[in-house]
Formats: sequence, structure tokens, C-alpha cells
Amino acid sequence: MCFSTESHLCAVQLSLAFGTMAYPLRSEVVRLYKNLLYLGQEYPKGAGYFRDRLKSAFLKNKDVKDPEMIKQMIARGEFVIKELEALYYLRKYRTMKKRYYEPEE
Amino acid sequence: MSRVLVGVKRVIDYAVKIRVKPDHSGVVTDGVKHSMNPFCEIAVEEAVKLKEKKLIKEVVAVSCGPTQVTETIRTALAMGCDRGIHVEVSGKDYEAMGPLQISKIFAALAKKEEASLIILGKQAIDDDCNQTGQMTAALLDWPQGTFASEVTIDGEKVKVVREIDGGLETIKISMPAVLTADLRLNTPRYATLPNIMKAKKKKIANMKPADLGVDMVSRVEVLRVDEPPTRLAGVKVETVDDLVAKLRANGTI
Repeated sequence: MCFSTESHLCAVQLSLAFGTMAYPLRSEVVRLYKNLLYLGQEYPKGAGYFRDRLKSAFLKNKDVKDPEMIKQMIARGEFVIKELEALYYLRKYRTMKKRYYEPEE
Repeated sequence: MSRVLVGVKRVIDYAVKIRVKPDHSGVVTDGVKHSMNPFCEIAVEEAVKLKEKKLIKEVVAVSCGPTQVTETIRTALAMGCDRGIHVEVSGKDYEAMGPLQISKIFAALAKKEEASLIILGKQAIDDDCNQTGQMTAALLDWPQGTFASEVTIDGEKVKVVREIDGGLETIKISMPAVLTADLRLNTPRYATLPNIMKAKKKKIANMKPADLGVDMVSRVEVLRVDEPPTRLAGVKVETVDDLVAKLRANGTI
């Protein structure tokens, strides 16, 4: 897996922090976390910077029990995934355009 | 029963600051982040799009190099390619590998796999050759649509809008053909973790250039690699008179 052992340990720690007692949507939350963590590896300010903020953002909400609230937060997380993909694409596109194409008049 | 071959190259990541080796024999690659060449990403995206439109049946991702290139093939599989081919090249052969050897490999694979289309990136961001697509087409005696910013399949023909100096050129070529992708062809999808996981089931075949009857001998020798000259610092002046005086002293006016 192209995932560092550290990142995987992080995900496991988080699963434990969420408690061994099943709460609604637990697997979705963990899945979202793993997906965001993977995406964060390419973050311009560094994978570590991203991971720290991701972890604290999730831990801040660890006591939320209401399924509706959890669903909303998951949706927000999915939105962040889309934002990151757009950020990465734009950054790459703009760099390539600057490097390989004449500036438009 | 159309099959598309897509070439993907593992290069130093576009965002990395390149450093020249102290002995000027090349650039530092050890421990440096590598990823798929951006133009190859665009090529993969185009092939996968064609498959999603049901215009072609199968997309095969091909990469040449040492074991690490399988990561790049996996990314292509995660983006939607059906299977991969890893042509193993390592050591001195890998260091000397260039467009000529790659195009010979692709020509041999195109015949073996009975491909109708080969889609490549227009150039790699490490060597900036912009030759592989053209050479491959020449070796196969196939038409080529290079610098493609728009591709439309129309029966047995392909309409290609090409980015050229001064504008756009539209051509119609017969299949089988070679296309090279330019920046504005499409927006490549991101290979997210769920896609990578799903792609683990897809097969990557392994072979050597010799299996394809290709000799890897290079006709090109790199003599020296240098950094570009550092830009000299500018000089600030206070008034227009100072500027004129400086320009006169410099011999510019």
C-alpha cells in the first residue's frame, strides 16, 4: 500500500479514539478519514501539516452521537475531498501552463 | 474489438525542486518524490473517457523501467485502465533509455496487442523530448495526431484538433493511429484511495524488451548536466536621470 505505516497507525489510533462501542456510521467516518489522509499526502504545506489538522478536526467532533449531524459532517468531509482535488489540479495545470506555454497577450 | 495502449512515464514530481548531481552526470533522483508525468495523466484520462463512451473496448497502461514504475501503472489502473504491462528495464539500460527505445517497444506491443490507438503524453517533464509519439507512428507507419487538444472518434477515423503555433489545426486521420496529448485535452481525474484499492485486482503483465525483440542500445550519450545560469540581481535607481546615466554607462544607449 502506498500509505506510510505512520498514517495507518494514525487511522487505527483514531478508530480507537472513536471508541470500541459501535455508533451509527462509524465505518463511513473511518473511511472518510482514510481517504482524506491519503489525499493529504500531496498537500502543498506538507503531509504532516495536513495530518495534524485532519486529526484534530475529527477528534474535536468525536462525541457527536446524532446520526443526522454525523451525516452532515461526512458530507462536509466529501466536499473537502472535492476541494483538495480541485486545488491539486489547478496547481498542476497552472504550473504546466506557465512552464510550457507562451503567456497570452 | 478496439484496444488502446496508453504510455505512462514515472518522472520526478512536477513540484520538486530539481538538483544537479555534484558530478554533473545527471539530476538527483534518490529519495526524490516521483509521480506520473502530467501529460501522461491527460493521455490516460482521454483513453478512459473513450472507454466510458463505449467507443473502445479495453485500455492497457504500459510503462518501461525498474520495479518502481509499477506504482505509476497502478495509478493508471486506478484512473480506469483495464490492465497494465510493465516492460522491465533497469540499471544502465534504464539510464540510457530514451524515445527511440520506447517507441520500438510500443511499436512491438501495438502489433502484439493489436491496438487501434496509442495515446501518449506529448512530452515528459524530465527530458522534454517530444519525440516518442512521432517515432512510434513512424516505426508503425501509422498516422499521428500530435498536440491533441480535442479527439473525436468517427467510425474508423479520428478527428484531432491540434495546438500549433498561431492557433488550432483540425485533421482527420485513419485508425490505427498514434495520438499525443496536450495540456488542454481534458482534466485528469484524481486516483483516490478507493480507486487504488479497487485497482489492486487488475493485472499487470511483466516482460523484458528482449521478449519484444527490442534492443536497448542507446545512440545518445549524456556528456554533462548543468543548472541554468542564475539570474543576476537587478539594480534599482532613484530617478529617470539615474536610469539614463546607467544605460549610457552600460553601453545600451
